[in-house]
Amino acid sequence: MDKMPKWADVILIPLISVLLALVVSGLVVAIIGESPWQAMQVMVRGAFGSAYGWGYTLYYATNFIFTGLAVAVAFHARLFNIGGEGQAAIGGLGVAIILLNVAWPHWTVALVAAIVFSAAFGAAWAAVPAYLQAKRGSHIVITTIMFNYIASALLVYLLVNVLRVEGSMAPESARFSEAVHLPAAADFAGFLGFGGSAPLNFTFFIALLACVGVWLLIWRTRLGYEIRSFGHSETAAVYAGINPVKITMITMLISGGLAGMMAINVVMGEAERLVLDFVEGAGFVGIAVALMGRSHPVGVVLAALLFGALYQGGAELQFEMPAISREMVVVIQALVILFTGALDNMVRMPMQAFFLSLRRRREAQAQNSPAE
Amino acid sequence: MDFLTILQILDSSLRLATPLLLACLAGLYSERAGVFDIGLEGKILAAAFFSAAVAFTSGSVWIGLLAGIVASMALSGLHGLASITFRGNQLISGVAINFLAAGLTVVIAQTWFQQGGRTPQLAGAARFDNIVLPGAESRIRDIAQQGPLGQIYSELISGHSIIVYLALLIVPLTWWVLYRTRFGLRLRAVGENPAAVDTAGVSVVGLRFAAVLIAGVLCGLAGAYLATALNAGFVKDMSAGRGFIALAALIFAKWRPWYALSACLLFGFFDAVGNRYQNIQLGDFVVPVQFMQALPYILVVIVLAGLVGKAIPPRAGGEPYVKER
Repeated sequence: MDKMPKWADVILIPLISVLLALVVSGLVVAIIGESPWQAMQVMVRGAFGSAYGWGYTLYYATNFIFTGLAVAVAFHARLFNIGGEGQAAIGGLGVAIILLNVAWPHWTVALVAAIVFSAAFGAAWAAVPAYLQAKRGSHIVITTIMFNYIASALLVYLLVNVLRVEGSMAPESARFSEAVHLPAAADFAGFLGFGGSAPLNFTFFIALLACVGVWLLIWRTRLGYEIRSFGHSETAAVYAGINPVKITMITMLISGGLAGMMAINVVMGEAERLVLDFVEGAGFVGIAVALMGRSHPVGVVLAALLFGALYQGGAELQFEMPAISREMVVVIQALVILFTGALDNMVRMPMQAFFLSLRRRREAQAQNSPAE
Repeated sequence: MDFLTILQILDSSLRLATPLLLACLAGLYSERAGVFDIGLEGKILAAAFFSAAVAFTSGSVWIGLLAGIVASMALSGLHGLASITFRGNQLISGVAINFLAAGLTVVIAQTWFQQGGRTPQLAGAARFDNIVLPGAESRIRDIAQQGPLGQIYSELISGHSIIVYLALLIVPLTWWVLYRTRFGLRLRAVGENPAAVDTAGVSVVGLRFAAVLIAGVLCGLAGAYLATALNAGFVKDMSAGRGFIALAALIFAKWRPWYALSACLLFGFFDAVGNRYQNIQLGDFVVPVQFMQALPYILVVIVLAGLVGKAIPPRAGGEPYVKER
């Protein structure tokens, strides 16, 4: 017996939580003496008001779809992969290595290679935490945090000492060749008004494909069933003959691979070289996206779009209302994580009570009506 | 390398270890009571900002310290509300608190001081002074004239701010509270088997809230030390992962106070060496500075891998307590 209808669980509760997060964010803006309404208008206009805005919004959303899916897949096995940041960084390393060392004839071949390498590198970076969780029972959250820092130190070292162009001071790799240049929005959707400066690129479609892939994996394959049953109850899954070590490893490898693929968008699609700190917190935004999207690919896309708009709108906000720091976006992100994740029960408990009382009333009426 | 140089490195290790130690002990109280706290970082950051901002505005570092502790405890209260009262996911709550602090400190700093998310430089009574112990020298020239024992006393033991000595005192205090008081016994029990504590008629919620709030006070001290003693003011993201290194130290110490002290001193030492020498020459092999920075994390992974003993966390850690099943 469900306590409330499915639509309430899937749509109503996330919506209320996000609304609460936005209301509290508005309060913060009001407290620092600015108009929340005006700030909201600036952000919406900045994110959706022009093709230029859309170009950035969808570009950020592409990042967040990958990292959001990464966290979501792990959530299905009740694993909390907080290491998307590090996995994406190492994924970028994979992209740079394969694109710099092979003379690719065409971007399509190079893209396939970049997908394989970014996913493989990201998965490899998730493999040790996954193994430690599966075999040693050490908490995956702790190990993935540690691996974020190790990845960051490793990347700094490699960029400064190995990949840096000789004679250049900037800690970044050489530029990739022209041949591996991914089509930008101006190339494939110029008719929609996208200009040359929009960073949106072909990777967006890869991200959407990844969503379909994750949906098929989780709800249409045997492996996905095993992942979900493992997440629901480990003991029941083990009793049903599911190998917990195998599921933990595979889930985390997929998760790390998805996080790593985020690097295609930034490293190959936008910067066209490996730069320092290119992940810019996208790995952590993935947590908010997965929580808000209820770990479902459709929800992840919608949440990624919201966060893409927040990031782009936040950049515009900085120009138009300099009193509001760009970090306001981080505050909103924190509140979304807080309300949709940690304070979920605060919204859920009253809703359950509400729907239960509704049903009791309906049942009482149903009992009374034949007597009449 | 002469003796005084070694002393200077150890001295700076102690300074750098202090915020780690305070945060590590904060995590110890919280996790021993069964509440995971990956929000240490955020609490340090919030305390650093509010202590620096209020110290600057009021001109008194003590009022600043108080403000830092209050800010940190407010975030602790939020963590308690989410993870104890509403039985939410403690890790997600910690993540949210880290971001909340990272964002809010800069947003508020920007409105308050208009200096791009930092506070103005602190000086005079708005900072913690270094305490020169009786009979110790404070100038490096005078210290160099002393004998080895005098140098150890003047350079290493004397000349720290009061929070350093306070942090060192909190270690035996924590040991005593945890292992020699009724509260400590219950605290450890609630982290291992909350149902047993509940059956004995002691409030699980009350104990866990107490632990989380103690963690708030300690993180407040850590943040205030960072902004008003180690540095002179707040800058964006100044906690720089210290909350997570403290977490690493906590695992390294296997959730025990005295070991926490040694782990934090060790990690402080790495930090000090990394600050002093960019790259370390060991024969033909050069140890890059990034390796020193990543060393605490690498060590923890090695410990977790079970290569050095076994780190077993409190059994009920991370699980919200539900009274009736």
